[in-house]
Amino acid sequence: MSRSVKKGPFVQPRLLARVQDMNKRNERRVLKTWSRASVIFPDFIGHTIAVYNGKKHVPVYVTENMVGHRLGEFAPTRTYRGHGKNADRSAGLR
Amino acid sequence: MARIAGIDIPREKRVEVALTYIYGIGLSTSQKILKQTNINPDTRVRDLTDDQVSRLREVIDRSVKVEGDLRREVALNIKRLIEIGSYRGLRHRRNLPVRGQRTKTNARARRGPKKTVGARKKK
Repeated sequence: MSRSVKKGPFVQPRLLARVQDMNKRNERRVLKTWSRASVIFPDFIGHTIAVYNGKKHVPVYVTENMVGHRLGEFAPTRTYRGHGKNADRSAGLR
Repeated sequence: MARIAGIDIPREKRVEVALTYIYGIGLSTSQKILKQTNINPDTRVRDLTDDQVSRLREVIDRSVKVEGDLRREVALNIKRLIEIGSYRGLRHRRNLPVRGQRTKTNARARRGPKKTVGARKKK
């Protein structure tokens, strides 16, 4: 079931406040966040947000196309590089 | 004889069903269109009058996204997901199921026929 329209999209209030504060002051800093479930707002465009993937913060540069997606979608939590085939494939695409 | 939305020429079938041969029209869309154009869904395509055919054509052109246009839209949506580097895009890139299905077994529709990997020799 999808989220009720009445509530509007979810963002961690603190995260949104910090981004809006940075917009007001025309600042660009990398923001660390653990809130993978937060929806990307238009306010976020142009900022880099470091999203936690369970191990470290993955820097995500937010573009226009990403609005409406959630932060977690851009910081994969799993590493899988295929089976077998020696270790030389350890670079991996993800 | 009855060319609707470009290339599709379903005949001998009831219109209701024949319309679903068009990419982008399923049974419910088909029924909606027929209601809107006031055509009995049980008539065979070959029995349609020219007037009815042109009415169908008009409604489909105007209000339904079909065939090439629809295919393009879908492809663009997927391309967008891939370009923004989202999780769904990554799944598309690797041809794996996108909506969280299991991949330990099954997922054959998406991954194609089984390729056995087998144990690797140590070297």
